Amino acid sequence: MARPEMQQDTEMPDSGKTIVMDVLRYRPEQDDRPVLQSYEVPFSDDMSVLQGLQYIKDYLDGSLSFRWSCRMAICGSCGMMINGRPQLACKTFLRDIYPEHVRVEALAHFPIERDLVIVMDDFIEKLESIKPYIIEKQPRPLAEGEYLQTPAERDLYEQFSSCINCMLCYAACPQYGLNPKFLGPGIIALLHRYNLDSRDAGAEQRKPLVNSEDGVYNCTAVGFCSEVCPKLVDPANAVNVNKMEAAKDYFLRLVRPRGGGK
Amino acid sequence: MSINLKRSNAPVFWLLFGAGGMLSALVGPVLVFITGIGVPLGLLLPENTLSYTHVHALAHSWIGALFLFAVVALFFWHAGHRIYHSLHDLGLHPGAGAKLVCYGVPLLATLIAVYALASMGYS
Repeated sequence: MARPEMQQDTEMPDSGKTIVMDVLRYRPEQDDRPVLQSYEVPFSDDMSVLQGLQYIKDYLDGSLSFRWSCRMAICGSCGMMINGRPQLACKTFLRDIYPEHVRVEALAHFPIERDLVIVMDDFIEKLESIKPYIIEKQPRPLAEGEYLQTPAERDLYEQFSSCINCMLCYAACPQYGLNPKFLGPGIIALLHRYNLDSRDAGAEQRKPLVNSEDGVYNCTAVGFCSEVCPKLVDPANAVNVNKMEAAKDYFLRLVRPRGGGK
Repeated sequence: MSINLKRSNAPVFWLLFGAGGMLSALVGPVLVFITGIGVPLGLLLPENTLSYTHVHALAHSWIGALFLFAVVALFFWHAGHRIYHSLHDLGLHPGAGAKLVCYGVPLLATLIAVYALASMGYS
């Protein structure tokens, strides 16, 4: 498949070095199961794994499918398993892996749609379920102006608001691998982000998700989610803080006056 | 997938697990030293530290009894919960039987501890 020169995503590197990229292929119309395919890719020291994949698509094999967009670790599209670890392809450099092979596979724990493209319906459904937006205490007329928030109030949730929905933490979480119904690290971090926001009054609505059988107690505090996060969010902290919240709610509901919430 | 909103009963066991973990982190090492190293080898501690009279006196005081009860019961709950979840982590997906053993043994140990301490009689 020839593309006009100007539209190609990569240029021919002229460093003379090549690296072998073993890429997981799955084309449902011809493959029974995913298989690795090797490509020898010329590379220069400034090339990311994503640029290596783009080189393959531009010059070696136009049929390779993968998601990408921003190339600078902000869109969260190019999460994949790189040598067995969930990473953003745009943030991982070929020079750091050379002379080893680069093994690139679709994100673990998700069904594969094609090659490196995963099915993310489960994640999107969970994302919608937590109401990831500010829920006002009461409707606020425009005339009242903007919400004011102190720096201290913002610091509470800022870290958790850095999530880019890249799903690396889901590929890292052994519990999500064992039970895909588990709400999971990233979604709980986002839920926590809104609960902590001084402008938000939605914590009560989000509580049943935290407390449920597929909620926070599926976590066994492995902590790998926080290690792989490319935006330095700490989902493990969000999950474990909410275990205590759920435990308080479990017992306090027994002493709370009726009608005062569920 | 559909979102499941059934409330989990995990907090009961998670709190017992957490309390046991905290207690074992605080007093576990020193208990190992006293019972496993110090007394048997006569290091730092007098030989009769764990003599019947001493331990009986400990168990016969309210504070001592409470301490013994907490250590025995909470360590058991912590261990049972840990083992149960480790089985799951190892991919053994424990069924009702494993659950019964992992949580039944701590329950039994708790009841035995209560019975043993209560039968000493306190005034």
